[in-house]
Amino acid sequence: MRGALRAAAWLAAAGLVALGCGGGGEGANEIAVGHVASMTGDTATFGRSADEGMRMAIEELNGAGGALGKKLDLLTEDDRSVTEEARTAAQKLIQRDHVVALLGEVASSRSLAAAPEAQRAKVPMISPGSTNPKVTEVGDYVFRACFIDPFQGAVMARFALGELHARRLAILFDFKQDYSVGLADFFRDTVKKSGGEIVADERYTSGDIEFRAQLTTIRAANPDAIFVPGYYTELGLIAKQARELGINVPLLGGDGWDSEKTLEIGGEAVEGDYFSTHYAADSDDPHVQEFVKRFQSKYGSTPDAMAALGYDTAGILADALKRAGSTDGPKLRDAIAATKGFAGVTGKISIDEKRNARKDAVVLQIRGGKFHFYRTVSAD
Amino acid sequence: MDNLIQQLLNGITWGSIYALIALGYTMVYGVLRLINFAHGEVYMMGAMTGYYTARWLGLATAPGVAGLALVLAVSMLACGLLGAVIERVAYRPLRSAGRLAPLITAIGVSLLLQNTGQLVFGADPKFFPALVRSEEIFRSGAIAISNIQLTVLVTAVVLMAALEYIVQRTRFGRAMRAVSYDAPAAALMGVPVDRVITGTFVLGSMLAAAAGILVGLSNPKIEPLMGLMPGLKAFVAAVLGGIGSVPGAMVGGLLLGVIETLVTGYLSSTYRDAIAFVILVVILLYRPTGIFGQPQTEKA
Repeated sequence: MRGALRAAAWLAAAGLVALGCGGGGEGANEIAVGHVASMTGDTATFGRSADEGMRMAIEELNGAGGALGKKLDLLTEDDRSVTEEARTAAQKLIQRDHVVALLGEVASSRSLAAAPEAQRAKVPMISPGSTNPKVTEVGDYVFRACFIDPFQGAVMARFALGELHARRLAILFDFKQDYSVGLADFFRDTVKKSGGEIVADERYTSGDIEFRAQLTTIRAANPDAIFVPGYYTELGLIAKQARELGINVPLLGGDGWDSEKTLEIGGEAVEGDYFSTHYAADSDDPHVQEFVKRFQSKYGSTPDAMAALGYDTAGILADALKRAGSTDGPKLRDAIAATKGFAGVTGKISIDEKRNARKDAVVLQIRGGKFHFYRTVSAD
Repeated sequence: MDNLIQQLLNGITWGSIYALIALGYTMVYGVLRLINFAHGEVYMMGAMTGYYTARWLGLATAPGVAGLALVLAVSMLACGLLGAVIERVAYRPLRSAGRLAPLITAIGVSLLLQNTGQLVFGADPKFFPALVRSEEIFRSGAIAISNIQLTVLVTAVVLMAALEYIVQRTRFGRAMRAVSYDAPAAALMGVPVDRVITGTFVLGSMLAAAAGILVGLSNPKIEPLMGLMPGLKAFVAAVLGGIGSVPGAMVGGLLLGVIETLVTGYLSSTYRDAIAFVILVVILLYRPTGIFGQPQTEKA
């Protein structure tokens, strides 16, 4: 028994040493960049799209000579769309793979779980799509390549009141997701301030599949439009059940809807609905069209917002690496913070003093089973 | 008023799914005094089998009642077989090992199926093909019933009626009741206890498979971990109705569905899951035999 224990201890020690040597240290020919992503699970399209966008950006960059004379290597760690696992994934990438920067997560709750790890290790982290304000408040090493919820919530509230002439609004949000709670809060505030009325305020939990009870209550309040700031999986089911219950007013949402799956799950039920997001694939901007064409020839599908944000996120990092002239954490952080007017496919990106990206939002409408550009809403 | 009726309808439809799953718990408990915690996973496997059968047969693009019946039949047969295998492999070898050992294997089988499911089907949610095209078939004031809700209800009622017939009117049903009442005595009377127990697992698993298909129809998101929560809720429903009692499971399931819907509709969905487990605690404290259960003394 004693002997077995000692053998086990030796084995564990040997394993630790092997792990310590296995990482991509300083002298390697490649710069390791980590990506914490939901490659599987409830919001798998977010992680996969962002990953595809990042890989394309890095491939193009490496084709053009890389950064600091080295090639970039993207290491992706799956968190299965589970909040707690985002933290573990970040730890693995930082401690085992010694990445110089961390990209990800898309979902705000998971970015909030991963960010403290990056902050503690002084590894700069850029989230492509987490719009909850709290994410970058974790610390000065945490950035994002997208706008934040107050802006997005206000955009949709003003859109509902101004463009759709809705007065009575209902909200159905996911109270387990910081993202959804944040959007609902800012939507509610803006509607009240602008003279609208919230007639029903219902909630659900990620993973729910039955929403008829909440929808029946909302139906009784007779709203002009319903704001559903959740993610696409639940949204598709909500839309279907709403239409079954005879609710025919438009549903409104945020960038959590931006996935092909919204169309697959929602089908006819999401026709005519609107959501705010980061970019429109059918925009006439030549820079966007060029990106869409390259993406389609590489992956055979139209890039969604997360793919575009992933592309820009990797671009911002590469740009900062070149300006920093080093992979050193603090220097790289300063360079990312100094990003000004970076020409991304999701707009001109400047990082503000709160480490958020300032840029415009677009509103898309679902028509004929496709997302269509409806209008741009300026950040200023 | 219309909205209350609508909520009750929503609750009954949702509850009929719980009822179908709860029947499996209660029947197995009846014959074996075992809580088969792998039962929620049989429900998951039912939905998955249905998903692949529908895709394989190309039914996703050709909705219809015949297609639904076919998918239902294939999935129920497959899960009936799965139930028999689970019983043979995981529970029968432990038949004489007291009550704790099979309970632990049950949890083991449950975890095995969950993780095998993630490995084989992938952790991504899948979207059950629309075997029935959604249409409104009844409308009065604010009350709307879709053909999907009706299909779920009718299928559940037909299956429960069939089960009631099997249990009350057939030789197998009589044997099942005899084993449930007193297994050793039934064995002495020549009832093939092992076969009856296997048959009970098959029946319960078939109902769980049907529940999986019906959920796929009305709430078309399925994934390998989908059996966890409904499995626990159906267990609560079975206890609420009186574990071991077949009508109890039906009533318990419907009641739990209605309670959950009313809590979500009139209070907040935040309390929905808590309520189910508060019910479990309260029932166990004040009326452990549930609504229909007979008080019984522990057999020596």
